[in-house]
Amino acid sequence: MESEHVHQGDGQPVLFTPDAVIAAFTAIPDLLARDVALTARGRWLDVDCLLGPSTQPFHVAIRAGQIVDMTSAPVLMRSWRFAYRATPAALAAYWQKMPPAGWHDLLALTKRGHATLEGDLHPFMTHLQYFKDLLALPRQNGFGGAS
Amino acid sequence: MSGFIEPIVGRYVHVEIGGEINRIYFEENGSGIPLVCLHTAGSDARQWRHLLADDEFTRHFRVIAFDMPWHGKSNPPDSQYGTEYRLTTASYTATIRAFCNALKLERPVVMGCSIGGRIVLNLAIEYAREFRALIGLEAADFQQPWYDTAWLNRPDVHGGEVCAALVSGLIAPGGPEASRNETLWGYKQGGPGIFKGDLYFYRVDGDLRGRIRNIDVNQCPLYLLTGEYDFSCTPEDTLRTAAGIPGARATVMERLGHFPMSENPEQFRRYIAPVLQDILNKQNS
Repeated sequence: MESEHVHQGDGQPVLFTPDAVIAAFTAIPDLLARDVALTARGRWLDVDCLLGPSTQPFHVAIRAGQIVDMTSAPVLMRSWRFAYRATPAALAAYWQKMPPAGWHDLLALTKRGHATLEGDLHPFMTHLQYFKDLLALPRQNGFGGAS
Repeated sequence: MSGFIEPIVGRYVHVEIGGEINRIYFEENGSGIPLVCLHTAGSDARQWRHLLADDEFTRHFRVIAFDMPWHGKSNPPDSQYGTEYRLTTASYTATIRAFCNALKLERPVVMGCSIGGRIVLNLAIEYAREFRALIGLEAADFQQPWYDTAWLNRPDVHGGEVCAALVSGLIAPGGPEASRNETLWGYKQGGPGIFKGDLYFYRVDGDLRGRIRNIDVNQCPLYLLTGEYDFSCTPEDTLRTAAGIPGARATVMERLGHFPMSENPEQFRRYIAPVLQDILNKQNS
């Protein structure tokens, strides 16, 4: 299987495969469903957005803080309010239990140019910590990435 | 232990700044060399409570931390309610000097973090002879912006929540959870528009590129320490700044981010202890 490396500033790599990144991302709805506190923090949030690896993003429908639908993009004429897409390498690093410096926050990744944030950012900013924690959920299982 | 009373004492001092008396809240503990601590943008002096309560440091230093006007328990000046708060290089510098003069501090050490780290550089440029040593945490002459500060103060976004969420990523992962939460709590409690107003200094008015070459560390030693997980003021920003100041000492702190003194006090202590010891040694030599 194709393998890539994420390099920290000091050159320490994080091994991953693109398939493992996608698999970890698709586990997020189940992880969220088990996280009562995080779901509760999103109780005022209804939004359709585009999230995930830049190579394979997903249309994510959130209602009252719960993910009610997640479908791989593209979907014909499906719209979204905002998009946060990160390179698979960035997500693999972000999901480490102790992420390397500079790879540990959604906005650190955008500053580095490893992720993009587009569209109407209002729902993202009103629920910024929610989205940071939502997209970090695979971290709790210790993303191995090379399986 | 229930009933334990910390040795930190909090008082108010009246300080004339810009022709108006400001009622400034400060906390202190210890005796010896005055060490004035400056909090980060949008927060307050509670960030320094661990340093203030440190038995070893307070044997040799009179540690003092004050809330800037508009922050914590220092209210806005009476005439300024209803105006848009904007911190500038000049007003920040004047506030620090006025506070030190009001307390009659003799050549204090000043340690600031983030905007406090930036203004320490300006103190080194303009008023080095007034200070015994200067310590900049998460300090650089300039750093690249990474978000639009307009999000910090608008009626359709909760200011406390968005301020805390933005800076949460500047805390190093793996630190004590309670310390992380306490650091973010300070941001959730800031007044409307205050974090944004502080960042006017940081983003717009306080670009010190080209001016740091005027710093002479022979007049006043300068120490710069930055956490490896700070992606706002990166270690590269600090090292670049230090490279432009002959004799400045720069340290990259492992497992720390943008709020070293509050996000992981124990880890920070390992780095600040030798700096304070160096200042003591210079004093005694």
